[in-house]
Amino acid sequence: MMKSTLKRVMPQIIILALVLAANFLVFRGFFHVEFQHGRLFGNLIDVLNRGAPTALLATGMTLVIATRGIDLSVGAVMAIAGAVAASAVVGGAHWTLAVLLALAAGAACGLWNGVLVAIFRIQPIVATLVLMVAGRGIGQLLTEGAILTFNDPGLIRLGAGTIAAVPTPIWIWIAVACVVGLVIRRSALGLLIEAVGINQTSSRLAGINARVLLIAVYLVSGLCAALAGVIVAADIKGADANNAGLWMELDAILAVVIGGNSLLGGRFSITASLLGALIIQGVNSLILLSGMPVEFNLVIKALIIIAILVIQSPRVRHSLYLLRASTGPVLRERPKPAPRTPQEEGQS
Amino acid sequence: MAMPEPVLHARGISKFFPGAIALDDVELALYPGEVHALLGENGAGKSTLIKCVTGAYSRDGGTIALSGAEIDPRDPLDSQSLGIGTVYQEVNLLENLTVAENLFLGRQPMRWGMVDHRRMKREARDILRDYGLDIDPGRLLSSYSIAIQQIVAIARAVELSGKVLILDEPTASLDHDEVQLLFSVIERLKGRGLAIVFITHFLDQVFAISDRATILRNGRVVGTRRLADVSQTEIVTLMLGRQLEAATHHRAHSEPGELLLSLKGFGKRGSIEPFDMEIREGEVVGLAGLLGSGRSETANVVFGVVAADQGTAELRGRGLRITNPREAIRNRFALCPEDRKTDGIVGDLSVRENIILSLQARQGWHRPIPRAKAEEIAQHYVKALDIRLASLDMPIRLLSGGNQQKALLARWLATEPELLILDEPTRGIDVGAHAEIIALIEDLREKGMALIVASSEMEELVAYSSRIVVLRDRRQVGELTGHEISTKSIVEAIAAEDAA
Amino acid sequence: MSQSTKLPLYITLATFVLAFVLCAAQYPAMASTRVVANLLTDNAFLGITAVGMTFVILSGGIDLSVGSVIAFTGVFLAVILRDTSIHPLVAFALVLLITTGFGAAMGGIIHYLEMPPFIVTLAGMFLMRGLAYVLSTESVPITHEFYDWLQSLYWKAPGGGRFRLTGALMLLTYVAAMIVLHRTRFGQNVYAIGGSAQTAQLMGVPRARTTIGIYAVSGGLAGLAGIVYTLYTSAGYSLATVGVELDAIAAVVIGGTLLSGGSGFVAGTFFGILIMGLIQTYIVFDGTLSSWWTKIVIGGLLFAFIMLQKGLGWATTARIRLLTASDARS
Repeated sequence: MMKSTLKRVMPQIIILALVLAANFLVFRGFFHVEFQHGRLFGNLIDVLNRGAPTALLATGMTLVIATRGIDLSVGAVMAIAGAVAASAVVGGAHWTLAVLLALAAGAACGLWNGVLVAIFRIQPIVATLVLMVAGRGIGQLLTEGAILTFNDPGLIRLGAGTIAAVPTPIWIWIAVACVVGLVIRRSALGLLIEAVGINQTSSRLAGINARVLLIAVYLVSGLCAALAGVIVAADIKGADANNAGLWMELDAILAVVIGGNSLLGGRFSITASLLGALIIQGVNSLILLSGMPVEFNLVIKALIIIAILVIQSPRVRHSLYLLRASTGPVLRERPKPAPRTPQEEGQS
Repeated sequence: MAMPEPVLHARGISKFFPGAIALDDVELALYPGEVHALLGENGAGKSTLIKCVTGAYSRDGGTIALSGAEIDPRDPLDSQSLGIGTVYQEVNLLENLTVAENLFLGRQPMRWGMVDHRRMKREARDILRDYGLDIDPGRLLSSYSIAIQQIVAIARAVELSGKVLILDEPTASLDHDEVQLLFSVIERLKGRGLAIVFITHFLDQVFAISDRATILRNGRVVGTRRLADVSQTEIVTLMLGRQLEAATHHRAHSEPGELLLSLKGFGKRGSIEPFDMEIREGEVVGLAGLLGSGRSETANVVFGVVAADQGTAELRGRGLRITNPREAIRNRFALCPEDRKTDGIVGDLSVRENIILSLQARQGWHRPIPRAKAEEIAQHYVKALDIRLASLDMPIRLLSGGNQQKALLARWLATEPELLILDEPTRGIDVGAHAEIIALIEDLREKGMALIVASSEMEELVAYSSRIVVLRDRRQVGELTGHEISTKSIVEAIAAEDAA
Repeated sequence: MSQSTKLPLYITLATFVLAFVLCAAQYPAMASTRVVANLLTDNAFLGITAVGMTFVILSGGIDLSVGSVIAFTGVFLAVILRDTSIHPLVAFALVLLITTGFGAAMGGIIHYLEMPPFIVTLAGMFLMRGLAYVLSTESVPITHEFYDWLQSLYWKAPGGGRFRLTGALMLLTYVAAMIVLHRTRFGQNVYAIGGSAQTAQLMGVPRARTTIGIYAVSGGLAGLAGIVYTLYTSAGYSLATVGVELDAIAAVVIGGTLLSGGSGFVAGTFFGILIMGLIQTYIVFDGTLSSWWTKIVIGGLLFAFIMLQKGLGWATTARIRLLTASDARS
């Protein structure tokens, strides 16, 4: 089990290692971690810390994409959750209550998406587009268009504080990923989600409650987004419904795709998506450290994404396979020509 | 028939797949104005031959001559422009366009550099009249039935090619009347001098419309016959390569056990008319009828794929409501659906995962089946059902049709059902697996399981059913028991309604 | 096209008329040529973008890069007019060439590498925004007498409305798009690919050429929208028009085009744009409503139209089932 997981995420580990190595090449102090004022400092810690929102979103997004869906609304949900948490503490609520309210808002958003997809059978990209468009407006409605600042130390700690010298966001995303990962893989949920993603009709006929599963994955995605929204708000000590989580849905989807998960659903790996999130953050850090003008950030990011995607594109993979095939025996891995009909040979 | 020059002559066609010879020195000659059936079991090479002729596959040997000139089509489009049109079972047209737009896509009449919609519609109407259709070509294709879409597809193919028309299982999703409509179109085209290749599994249809037949077995031609000169039995013998077993008589079964399920006035509006049905342990209830008669609909409503909206059900005397497959499974029902690929297998999951899927779904997500246990269950059924595979970890989509079907049976047997519903369990699988599945059905029945089997193969139903329910037009029209059961009586029961 | 596919278009049209009547009833000043003229001028760049998006969505794809392309176009024009003495018309031609080529390249990647349009155009979005940054991070004003002349062109309607060049350009784009979509083989191929790319290919539709063409149209029109945007703002700014792709997609959906492709009309998109513009105008007229209500209302409209299409879809399948059943019996 462990071994197959390692094999699955190997490309992502290699890419991450390369990105980190490149970071080291442009800045020799990259791996240097310092302990100051009861907190760990260093570029590596920064990558882990800054990557927290993307990693959280990617966790939920992986599940959604595994069911052949997509959640475009996570950025907007972040804005709503941040606004809810901020208005709650500003209104005098305890920070734990504020976080709970934010999570409830995220859950409600996830439920909305899930119901549209599972019950009304609306294409996920369309269903979640509604909240993507309207969500930011709802967030602005809550903060009345301004940046709603707060100074509740409890809430701020979630974004800027530390636990055992490690920044809190790192704890949060690792904890969430572990919990979700363990629940998924230690139960049969992973199998059932993959089955629904590959063939929903067959899954339903096999007795899987596809509706509940679909709603559940959008719910998880909403919760993850809410948590990311709280962290971002806590980090800047304010809820900025205009900009919080802007374009984060795209980063999250990218992280999942870089993680080698197919947008067509099915087999998934949360670990690979998390590595994808770290790769994205590593690239951000690389651009920053290399001293290149900030203006080049997006261009370089775009080129790296294109490169990674081209490598993973089915067509290129197929040509690579054929290339290997022409140089060595390929048929070894294929099943024995048991009674397979020629038609099926042709299709597979 | 005085034999003129063949319009299409394929000679020495060979095609190899890794580890298999799909076609071996195959010859096919088509004459103008004939309907030529291409027959053979699944895997005999019919589709491969068609694909080689139309250029969908590159052939490994042989020549193709069209009207005496040698051709080498690159792909189906190329062969179409040379004169060979193909129409498949699933209509390859665009439902979101109008009938006229479908007919003229890519060759629209132009006027001043723009598509002339009015002329297009007018010409479409004229063309379709030639095919006996008087429909509004300005309406969306999707607003017409499959049969009409099929004829539009034929019209397009003929307009674009004009010499040879290949019909690959065109009648598979049509009902009786629609088949007649299609046949009238084929007759018209025959009269126009086209050579038509007709591929189907329905032997009656072959004899009804075809002039000659070429029979393939294991990639070789085993004979070309004029249908006026042969009997059905001879054709079947050629296809199977052996005498058809005299399995058509009804064998005695052991006594059925106690009453399991009783349905009264059970039905679903728009799907299946209300019916009564009782089924006991150790009994096989066969569902017979033509395509579209309501066999699958009956199976689906019992299993809750579509929830019944009328009638009552009792399981062992206790009231029961089934609105979805999950509830059916909880009550130890199981259903192997008709369309294996879209409704049965979960292609990318491994064989092992596919086998335990329903059991896992019933146990719930919080009680995962441990890997070792799953391995054990899968291994057990692979052995018991003789599923041939390289590894339990391989994706199920890589298995052959027959092995996929057996793996699906394994999925359901693993849930230890009391009522097993099989919808076309032997469709599209090779002869060996076919016999094994029939033996399995009989075995399960003898072990006391209750089965409902829907099938278009009447001989098969006759062989293993304890009772046969006959359907027509989504309605039960008769029930045969004991010595009444024979293919003849089924056909009579279906036909009886015609007189009424 | 038959009645059932046109129904969403009629509903969009009716929604617009009804909304306009309601607005005019509350604020009679809204029924002036001035408001109508501004509606066209203010939404010209978005309207042109949405035409390209209609092509893409009709073919079953999506183009997330258009907002960035508009920003890039603006910055490119501003910088080139500031640093060189090229005539704006030449610069226009140049930028249209670049954006069309860029769209074609994305179409090529989508087709030849078999990658989902969503991801490819997402990368394109980053790339174009990044290139705009590279050119200039600050807002660059455009001062050129040709620009002044273009901006001075308008037709003053009775009632004080000024119908400007950009609005006319948008209307022209819509007319041209209608002709291309309904009266050329390319247009028919767009619908065909949107219905089913695979079937279309089997029927002989040149898939590569059509896909590349579709994204080239979208890129080129985004470039044209960028030019219009510079005429509107007299500046190029790399942070401008963020999220315009969303507005364009929303307009297309509200216009009755199916997001899954194959069905819809460019005329619907036009009314989608007008409806969205009307909401904004109403909020301005009202004065007490905040700008975020625009997003919420547009989101609500999106939802309503999506549900409407779903409902129509159900109704159609039910009708076909009935038809088929009766066919079978006849």
